[in-house]
Amino acid sequence: MIKAILIFNNHGKPRLSKFYQRYVRGRASLYCCNCIHSGLIGGSDNKLIYRHYATLYFVFCVDSSESELGILDLIQVFVETLDKCFENVCELDLIFHVDKVHNILAEMVMGGMVLETNMNEIVTQIDAQNKLEKSEVSHICHWYQCALIVL
Amino acid sequence: MALKMVKGSIDRMFDKNLQDLVRGIRNHKEDEAKYISHCIDEIKQELKQDNIAVKANAVCKLTYLQMLGYDISWAAFNIIEVMSASKFTFKRIGYLAASQCFHEGTDVIMLTTNQIRKDLSSPNQYDTGVALTGLSCFVTPDLARDLANDIMTLMSHTKPYIRKKAVLIMYKVFLKYPESLRPAFPRLKEKLEDPDPGVQSAAVNVICELARRNPKNYLSLAPLFFKLMTSSTNNWVLIKIIKLFGALTPLEPRLGKKLIEPLTNLIHSTSAMSLLYECVNTVIAVLISLSSGMPNHSASIQLCVQKLRILIEDSDQNLKYLGLLAMSKILKTHPKSVQSHKDLILQCLDDKDESIRLRALDLLYGMVSKKNLMEIVKKLMIHVDKAEGTTYRDELLTKIIDICSQSNYQYITNFEWYISILVELTRLEGTRHGHLIAAQMLDVAIRVKAIRKFAVSQMAMLLDNAHLIASNTQRNGICEVLYAAAWICGEFSEHLEESNQTLEAMLRPKVTTLPGHIQAVYVQNMVKLYASILQQKEQAGEKEAAQEITQLMVDRLPQFVQSADLEVQERASCILQLIKYIQKLQIKEVPVAEEVIALFAGELNPVAPKAQKKVPVPEGLDLDAWINEPPSDSESEDEKPKTIFHDEEQRHSRHRQPEIDEEELARRREVRKQEQANNPFYIKSSPSPQKQYQDTPGVEHIPVVQIDLSVPLKVPGMPMSDQYVKLEEERRHKQKLEKDKKKKKQKKEKKGKHRRHNSLHTESDEDIAPAQHVDIITEEMPENALPSDEDDKDPNDPYKALDIDLDKPLADSEKLPVQRHRNAENLKSPDTEAPLVGKKSKKPKKKEKKRKEKEQEKEKKKEKEKRVTEEGKKGEDLDFWLSTAPPPSSITQTQSEPEGSTVLAEPEENEDAKKEEQEEENDEGKKSSKHRKKKHKKEKEEKSKDKKKSKKKHHHGEEEPAESVQNGTLDDEPLPPMSSYCLLAENSYVKMTYDIQGNLQNDSQVTVSVIFENKSTSFLKSMELNVLDSLNAKMLRPEGSSVHDGIPVPFQLPPGISNEAQFVFTLQSIVMAQKLKGTLSFIVKNDEGSTHEKLDFKVHFSCASYLITTPCYSDAFAKLLESGDLHMSSIKVDGISISFQHLLAKICFYHHFSVVERVDSCASMYSRSIQGHHVCLLVKKGENSVSVDGKCNDSTLLSNLLDEMKETLSKC
Repeated sequence: MIKAILIFNNHGKPRLSKFYQRYVRGRASLYCCNCIHSGLIGGSDNKLIYRHYATLYFVFCVDSSESELGILDLIQVFVETLDKCFENVCELDLIFHVDKVHNILAEMVMGGMVLETNMNEIVTQIDAQNKLEKSEVSHICHWYQCALIVL
Repeated sequence: MALKMVKGSIDRMFDKNLQDLVRGIRNHKEDEAKYISHCIDEIKQELKQDNIAVKANAVCKLTYLQMLGYDISWAAFNIIEVMSASKFTFKRIGYLAASQCFHEGTDVIMLTTNQIRKDLSSPNQYDTGVALTGLSCFVTPDLARDLANDIMTLMSHTKPYIRKKAVLIMYKVFLKYPESLRPAFPRLKEKLEDPDPGVQSAAVNVICELARRNPKNYLSLAPLFFKLMTSSTNNWVLIKIIKLFGALTPLEPRLGKKLIEPLTNLIHSTSAMSLLYECVNTVIAVLISLSSGMPNHSASIQLCVQKLRILIEDSDQNLKYLGLLAMSKILKTHPKSVQSHKDLILQCLDDKDESIRLRALDLLYGMVSKKNLMEIVKKLMIHVDKAEGTTYRDELLTKIIDICSQSNYQYITNFEWYISILVELTRLEGTRHGHLIAAQMLDVAIRVKAIRKFAVSQMAMLLDNAHLIASNTQRNGICEVLYAAAWICGEFSEHLEESNQTLEAMLRPKVTTLPGHIQAVYVQNMVKLYASILQQKEQAGEKEAAQEITQLMVDRLPQFVQSADLEVQERASCILQLIKYIQKLQIKEVPVAEEVIALFAGELNPVAPKAQKKVPVPEGLDLDAWINEPPSDSESEDEKPKTIFHDEEQRHSRHRQPEIDEEELARRREVRKQEQANNPFYIKSSPSPQKQYQDTPGVEHIPVVQIDLSVPLKVPGMPMSDQYVKLEEERRHKQKLEKDKKKKKQKKEKKGKHRRHNSLHTESDEDIAPAQHVDIITEEMPENALPSDEDDKDPNDPYKALDIDLDKPLADSEKLPVQRHRNAENLKSPDTEAPLVGKKSKKPKKKEKKRKEKEQEKEKKKEKEKRVTEEGKKGEDLDFWLSTAPPPSSITQTQSEPEGSTVLAEPEENEDAKKEEQEEENDEGKKSSKHRKKKHKKEKEEKSKDKKKSKKKHHHGEEEPAESVQNGTLDDEPLPPMSSYCLLAENSYVKMTYDIQGNLQNDSQVTVSVIFENKSTSFLKSMELNVLDSLNAKMLRPEGSSVHDGIPVPFQLPPGISNEAQFVFTLQSIVMAQKLKGTLSFIVKNDEGSTHEKLDFKVHFSCASYLITTPCYSDAFAKLLESGDLHMSSIKVDGISISFQHLLAKICFYHHFSVVERVDSCASMYSRSIQGHHVCLLVKKGENSVSVDGKCNDSTLLSNLLDEMKETLSKC
């Protein structure tokens, strides 16, 4: 099981936090620092596996049922997927579009278990959902325009 | 109106969106908190709008703020509103927010049930997907129960996208609602062979996760997984499966043997490091579990080590780290194979990454031998010098000491070398481990007699240079070595050459700056030193010198008398007076040396840490026996414990011991005498190599202390440890030559080589004889100590057997009366299946139908499997798997047995799908074939219907389990003898029956399950249950409601329907039974209108309801009884006619006990209360009576329990 997924930058500022088990909440940024230093996240059966890309740390907190190297590969897939979806992803993308990052993550990991590891499959689903969203948004825009005309 | 709305939304178009919020926060770095609180106010306004788009935007922003650590639980209701939006865009925002902030304590979560159900059945796959994803994060037991069927239906959805999500979420559902596992499992198993790889992977994921918790329940799936392993190409799936096999092999050794080949193939073929690593790991685990050697055993190990070497040599730090980690696993069982890669490990010590260096250090521990110890330690010493961080250096220091001292200094051939290593280590600045070095110095000096002379000379030197060690306050940790140095010099002062000088060193004023406990040792030991000097001088007739030394003491001691440390002050003033007295005598020219030295006469022997524990209780001494008999009941009380112990006696060695004792005692005495007699010879016969060193204080012996140039010191050469390495080599070489010469006279040669009697020699080491003829004194043990190491186990650990995972999804299924029923039956007849069958066939048909159905599916599955395997290449495979199919159960049973515990306890342990299957299979076989055929037909019809219309199948799947779950609870009712549900209250409208279960997770909660049955022809609704709380027992109400509020029953009852609701009660004390009054209020609705009705009831919390059936192994049970802190009581019931088996089953069932052991008409039973009281019973059956002796931590609880039991038994 994956217990938590965190992304934060070199200064410990959180960029994304996803907990699959419940924790008493403090300030998330505090969490980021603490969990690195003390393996704070729930119970003893914890492993912290992270990769460092440019300014960002991608940290997965997992239990012993996960393979370390497997998770490292998964992080790689995650980052590559982000790269595809954002076109050359950088920290700013994550800062301003954290909701999208969540949506991408949701296609990879669900409730702490790995849902999909095939990048193409993930991207296809994300694209399809974005398309759906766009069609709805254009509909709303259209509605707004109508409203303006009425006014 | 519409216009107003539109206008509102246009205003809103200029609201902040998420990006604006983030930008704003970034622009307000100084007053971030203030800005955010302003934003939250805005968001609150936005949430009040009717427009869903605005709300969604606000919720989206809240989700971001939640990540920053702000509490957004207040917006839970708004989040639900957004979740229920019709547009996917908003829905997704809502579900994301919910998944981030909802949890089991969120009260509004129950409002989501219908919305989620709607989304799950939405025609848009992404609506369903987003709902599943969200639900996976916040599923609660209620949601799991209500939605389990919907999700199960989705597992057969046409779109793989939905299927895989549904499969994955089932794990969460199982966790929250364990009862769903059994009905859902067949379908889950089917998904292992789903055409879509994603779905397959999800199913593997879920089953692996389940199996990890209870591996033995999933052994039967091994063939299926084996097939997947050999056919799948998805690395992720392979890794999961391989990890799973790693968990399964300890349970089934034959599986391990079968695995080796495909695993080694994978190791050879794969290019993925992650897969390679996991394969290696599992191979290691398999080889460890296969204790007996296999033909190609060493080949596989060799392969693993080779591959790990590749990992370690890789430039990727992660691979290196993991490689070392896996290596250390191999090291434990196959040290030789790892030792050949010493070069690589040593190389890793130079790595720039500290964690890798630490891993390598761990490995070194197991790699030393007599041959290479010096070399390795030398290397480590270089690292110590180079090390930058104190933590790493301290780690090195402890490792050096660990490595050298491991298994009683097994690998040290030259203790002089070791002492000099320790002395060198004292140069470390700022280490925290001074006490470790000190302890080693003391240990070696005390236990290795031959080394004392050398040790004393080194310690004297340390004392002489104490100012270097103690000068820097930052180096405080290291001054602990002075403690050891002072003690060694004092205790073994006869070996000291320049005692005067040492004494002066100890009396220096600087010493008073040392910590108190060290000064105290100084003071004490300077007297020892003084005494030996005095003796020397007196014997030599140098009276003046003797008086001089006394004067020195009298002059210098006052500085310690003034010490602020009590201990120092006290000792110093006492000793000062003593010495003044000696001085007086000296002036009178009375010889005093003998008397003074008598103060410290006698030798201190090291005592083994466990010595005290090992003193056997003398025969006839019973510490538990009363010295004065207690006034009443003494007779029966005295006898009973004995009878309880009686069963355990053979198993407990303590009782057996006395027989061997005398023999053992004589032998040990002999050994000890011999040792003592031999001791002086060791020193004499030694060619004293240390003299050699001292004779040749070579130029390279650069004294450490000379670094400090400001202090002119006459320091004799302080030997460096390095020199020993060279000398040792020479010595070994010489020895070898000698040996070659004397090969024929080996017997004589042995005389000169006293091998340390307690060291284990590896073959290669054997030809290296220690440099000193050293005897490590074994730590002293009391005479006739017990040789066994049994005492190492904690005797007060009854939990060993209770090692039950609480997360275990299936264990909780005890709640279902169906399973309890089976439980009891199992107890009655664990090995004879016949009565079981008889009972079962009586069961209501509906239930059987369900079982049959499952059976059917399973059979189908098996047939399919068979076909597939048969089609497969190897016929052997089939043989293997078929032969393994039955054993798992026998193996699991035998595994629980070895300590003499019976199988009886086993069925209690847990209810699992696996066992279930087997039981069913057994049942099936024995049921009358007529019966069977009939069912079979019916079933087939259903099946064919299913196949015809997939749509209908969905429908079917949706309804079936719901029905069965409900029936499960109902089924038992018509069986009065074994239903734990008893009547709570009844009137013309409704009948309530209830059962109480302890809550494992919470030590003060019990769950009351109430079944409501609508007996009328009207519709019952708005049912509300209220209970008058007592001081001790309270109903758990949702937060915020008062004690007078009732709890609504979460369903309505149409005519003739029944349903179950659960209520949680908290209790403070559980030692007494309780009764709580309560009322059920409800509205009866029929054609004529609705009326308000009430029904009063009394809930009876019996003491048995606080007990949780907990299995216990007999050895743990014995220890528990022995621990002696249990109270004791007993009852006797006459006129019992039922069989003992039935009787036990009754106690197990109604009183939540489990059988520990049963011998003829006597059985020991165990249970545990929710608050952790242990309750032990000894049940004996006589002609017509039954007597029950109980022991428990709490006497009140026990007597109440026994009273209840009496009542049950007297009904028999």
